Amino acid sequence: MSWLTGPLQYSFMQTGAVAAVLIGATCAILGVYVVLRGMAFMGDALSHTVLPGLVAAYLLGVNLLGGAIVAGVATALGVGWLSRRQSLREDTAIGITFTGMFALGVLLMSTVSSFRDFTHMLFGNILGVTSGDLIAISILAALVLLCLFLFHKELELTSFDPTHAEVIGLRADRVRYGLLILLALTVVVGIQAVGVVLISALLITPAATASLLTKSLPRMMLLSAAFASASGLAGLYASYYLNVSSGAAIVLSCTALFIAVSILGSLPTPKATG
Amino acid sequence: MNSVGEIGGASFASVPFPTPGSRSGAKRIASRLPVFSYAGGRHADPVPDAAALAVCSLRASHPGMEHPALDGVSLRIPSGTRVALVGPNGSGKSTLLKAVVGLLRPESGSILVHGNPVGACHHRVAYLPQRGEIDWRFPINVRKLVMTGRYVHLGWLKRPGREDHELVHDILARLGIEDLSSRQIGQLSGGQQQRALLARSLAQGSDLLLLDEPLAAVDAETREKISAVIRELWESGKTIVTATHDLESLSSDFDAAFYLREGREAAPEAEAFTGIPLR
Repeated sequence: MSWLTGPLQYSFMQTGAVAAVLIGATCAILGVYVVLRGMAFMGDALSHTVLPGLVAAYLLGVNLLGGAIVAGVATALGVGWLSRRQSLREDTAIGITFTGMFALGVLLMSTVSSFRDFTHMLFGNILGVTSGDLIAISILAALVLLCLFLFHKELELTSFDPTHAEVIGLRADRVRYGLLILLALTVVVGIQAVGVVLISALLITPAATASLLTKSLPRMMLLSAAFASASGLAGLYASYYLNVSSGAAIVLSCTALFIAVSILGSLPTPKATG
Repeated sequence: MNSVGEIGGASFASVPFPTPGSRSGAKRIASRLPVFSYAGGRHADPVPDAAALAVCSLRASHPGMEHPALDGVSLRIPSGTRVALVGPNGSGKSTLLKAVVGLLRPESGSILVHGNPVGACHHRVAYLPQRGEIDWRFPINVRKLVMTGRYVHLGWLKRPGREDHELVHDILARLGIEDLSSRQIGQLSGGQQQRALLARSLAQGSDLLLLDEPLAAVDAETREKISAVIRELWESGKTIVTATHDLESLSSDFDAAFYLREGREAAPEAEAFTGIPLR
């Protein structure tokens, strides 16, 4: 077992391990709503649109997380506003916003001489998480999870029956805005682990894996969180031992779990008696 | 039904079918208002002697459509009656129900429920949508679906209590779907889904029930159960407005019929059932 416990004597591995579990759980629990509400494209778009926020914050020398949060929340509100009057389909509004923002981020990056500085933003680096980062991640993760807990009943209802929500005076569009803001915060949390390009995998793949296994929402959330945390740790160790990109290793662990569960699920099961 | 008299009619949020096991809980539920209401605390008491539903010169359109779906519709439904909205598909029956519950904003005209605008009394109106409005694949079971009928009384942050659970349990039994309560909603038959939706409307404990084609494409058992429950609701003093295109049961199941064609009130054909006046 020393291969498992040995690396944990280093503080960067301890920080990385805690971060991997926190990030995995937060992304995966929110990800269940993303998958069930068919918001996968939105999740992907939001993650890309925080890039200009990150780069701008870096250029201005202000807090990177702050820049990412501003860009993410602005996108969430912008897409909602663009598609509000139904003159534009929502996926079109997302497509326009997402590519525009990402291009802006790339443009800003190209003004900086050392392009390499940004690879950890694009692809994440769980081994580079500092204790300061960890505190920020913990606060954001706690905030997102607390909101999901407090507003579970409204999120659930507006997900499967927005009509009834409106009938009882609960504005489904406002709940949706709230969820988009949580999604933006979650994306920011996850960037440390897998970067802007791959973060949507952490939102979608574990939740999709869990949805193959259960028809109960709370159980789906628990399973999703477990899959993502395990993948996070697997990626961390892969990165440590094999010196490969931690973000890519985490995402591939998620993908491997999904494939395994899909294959197991499609095997003929022995009929249960009675 | 002996327990109905003590709370039926006395309170807008009264419980539709109190059973001996839940009577104490039902009484407490009846007088409860949410602390953090979804509608933002707007709340008004019923106006005494007001009609259950009064619609005046209502004009409403679906977004993006050229012709109004309703044009100059007026009707007045007295409390405690059963009224059928009759007309072919696209005549505006569903639109009228949607406008009443606030899903569609009127362009002109007014809608009063027990004398108040809809936004001030969400808890007094229950709406049974057509089945297609719901994502039946969503991982939620029948019990939870029915429980969402209680949300209007809970509001933000409050979780269902023991009384809510007892009420939901009783209503599921009432509609004969208690053994399905742990099933995921997509695993039900169409008729069972319809009963679950009606159960949710009952859980709201509203005085005015708007039912959009409750008997469309359901099995015989469901038809019988739903009809019996609607009759009992009426006997306990509720007002029930039903969109239907079944002309045969009008005179036996309703007190009045309101005919719609192309968004306007239509004159009934000779010999057609009309019942009490809706003016």
